[in-house]
Amino acid sequence: MKIHLYERIWMGLGVVLIVVFLGIMIVMNTAHAVQPPSHIETVDPKTIWDDPRFADLGVTLTPEGAKVVLVAQMYAFLPAELEVPAGKPVTFRMSSADVVHGFEIVGTNANATLIPGYVTEFTVTFPRAGEYLIVCNEFCGIGHHGMFGKVIAGGAPS
Amino acid sequence: MKPQNKLAFAHIGVAIVAFALGAMVALMQALSRASLALPLRSARIFYISVTAHGVLMGLVFTTFFIMGLGYAFSRASLGRVTGERVAWASFWIAVVGTAVAAATILSGKATVLYTFYPPLQAHPLFYFGATGLVIGSWGWCGVMIASYRSWRKENPTPPVPLVMHGMLTTVIVWLLATAGLAVEVLVLILPWSLGLVKTIDPLLCRTFFWWFGHPLVYFWLLPAYAIWYTVLPRVVGGKLFSDNLGRMVFVLFILFSTPVGFHHQFADPGISASWKLAHTVTTFLILFPSLVTAFTLIASLELAARARGGKGLFGWVRALPWGQPLFSSVALAMITFALGGFGGAVNAAYAMNSMVHNTAWIQGHFHLTVGTAVALTFMGITYWLLPRLTGKELRLSAAASVQPYLWFVGMMLFGVVNHITGLMGMPRRIYDAGYGGSEIAARWAPWTAVSAVGGVVLFVSSALFVSVVVATLLYGRKIEEPEIAFAEALDAPANPVRGIWDRWPLWTAISVILVLAAYALPIAHHLMLHRFGSTGFKPF
Repeated sequence: MKIHLYERIWMGLGVVLIVVFLGIMIVMNTAHAVQPPSHIETVDPKTIWDDPRFADLGVTLTPEGAKVVLVAQMYAFLPAELEVPAGKPVTFRMSSADVVHGFEIVGTNANATLIPGYVTEFTVTFPRAGEYLIVCNEFCGIGHHGMFGKVIAGGAPS
Repeated sequence: MKPQNKLAFAHIGVAIVAFALGAMVALMQALSRASLALPLRSARIFYISVTAHGVLMGLVFTTFFIMGLGYAFSRASLGRVTGERVAWASFWIAVVGTAVAAATILSGKATVLYTFYPPLQAHPLFYFGATGLVIGSWGWCGVMIASYRSWRKENPTPPVPLVMHGMLTTVIVWLLATAGLAVEVLVLILPWSLGLVKTIDPLLCRTFFWWFGHPLVYFWLLPAYAIWYTVLPRVVGGKLFSDNLGRMVFVLFILFSTPVGFHHQFADPGISASWKLAHTVTTFLILFPSLVTAFTLIASLELAARARGGKGLFGWVRALPWGQPLFSSVALAMITFALGGFGGAVNAAYAMNSMVHNTAWIQGHFHLTVGTAVALTFMGITYWLLPRLTGKELRLSAAASVQPYLWFVGMMLFGVVNHITGLMGMPRRIYDAGYGGSEIAARWAPWTAVSAVGGVVLFVSSALFVSVVVATLLYGRKIEEPEIAFAEALDAPANPVRGIWDRWPLWTAISVILVLAAYALPIAHHLMLHRFGSTGFKPF
């Protein structure tokens, strides 16, 4: 196949661009575990309120940081207010009792889907103390825009 | 109208009706972004209209338009549409299915958005109606393939005309895509919505949905590419820079458009990080054919512009026919697509996706890509095709010249601002962005007001487009239909012989293997989990 020289150069640059993009992602994934939340664990949404893994909703302080257990339902996060330490790793364990919900902490890269039947788990560190807004970002019904909560990092702001 | 043009015209007509309805409900959503106290504004109507807009624009307008385009291009380039009766039957199945689905949406019984993620549950007729649309489109695929095979029998040596090469690619991508959708709707959702089974696995549904959902965007885009490659160089009076690379580009889309769906599920639990990374690799491979396209098309335009007397390193751009609606539509569509492509690379980036997932950025992204690169191309080709199908001269041609620019301006306001508010964390598809008076949410408000202005400009542009079509049909002066003709290639040999890019069974077989490689293992792993199903929930 005859290809014009300029076009060959352009195609070569295209290949380099794609290799660089993928290279960065693969290196960050492999060397630094920079990954989207991909925990695999199931839970029965019909009996989630009796499940021992979701018995103590809210924040538990741990030696490293904190653990948050949360259940989403139409149209609230339970609990809706979370006080966590700033600058330390906070592990979220969450699921949904009814439909699919989104869990996004505005201004951070904590952004994950809560799917009934599955446990979402990821760890995030809040870089600064203060208040963060949690929003549901997956359409869940007529009250979707009223489904929000807050994170207070570093304890209550003084 | 000549009888052989009726088939294509009927499909494009239904598409434009769907577009008009979709534009009307969009105006209300755009105004909601400005938080105006409108008389009919309510959360219920807002979410019904989001569902209606997504289904009408994303599924009905596009599918019918593409089917009509396929018939028109097959008739023009191969001299036939083989199986007209099947084509008409498929048309009516698709029309009835669409009407049934639309009725359930507008009556508020299917407010599940165009993604209809279970366990949100719509009225069963919504799923039946959508199935009708898809079955109709399969009929179209059969007719397109039959037309090609009948032509091939009489023409064993030459490569298939490039425009048809593009449409056949569209057909194959659509068949690969809808295989996933068929499993989701027929096997999982329909029995559950009818109450035959009690529960459903929402994650499995999402996986099959995105098996369909990503190639869906190439089903939209490939006919636009076919227009860019074959009609655009001709209307500017030039030739296509490289025919062979165009064929390669389309074949690469067959291979890489489907085994990529997990990049829509980066945020989902229950799928391993390594499979998400594997789909990221295939996703980035699709950047390549679009990069090649950018070169070939710009080179074709530059050669044509220089032939028209254009001079200078970039000054030749001025020699292009910017007042001609097909050219300006497609040129603005291509510029917008370049912007959308950069955003798409962010969406597909394994880790960066967290910053933008399900934020307003995403709606900004697809309004630049499908909402402009595809939709504006389709509007432009309508101006070109209408006289050729109906034998009527285009009316309101001044409106037709202005309309693409209005769309572009509207989309720059609406689409770009949505990228900004998305980066600021604003979710997509929300009736009200106030969040109980949150200070963080208050920072979005000045920007959303700008996107509302963009929405109004887009509505005006849509109204102009529909007016031109209606005025032409009602009052267009009768003319001899101009020919539907396509660009020649600069590199075309005198007696071309079909080559590697014409080996459809081979490319289809490889693409099926790639899809199985991408999905068989993760789905098998998934089915081995101890899973718990969900009962249905109504959104209101």
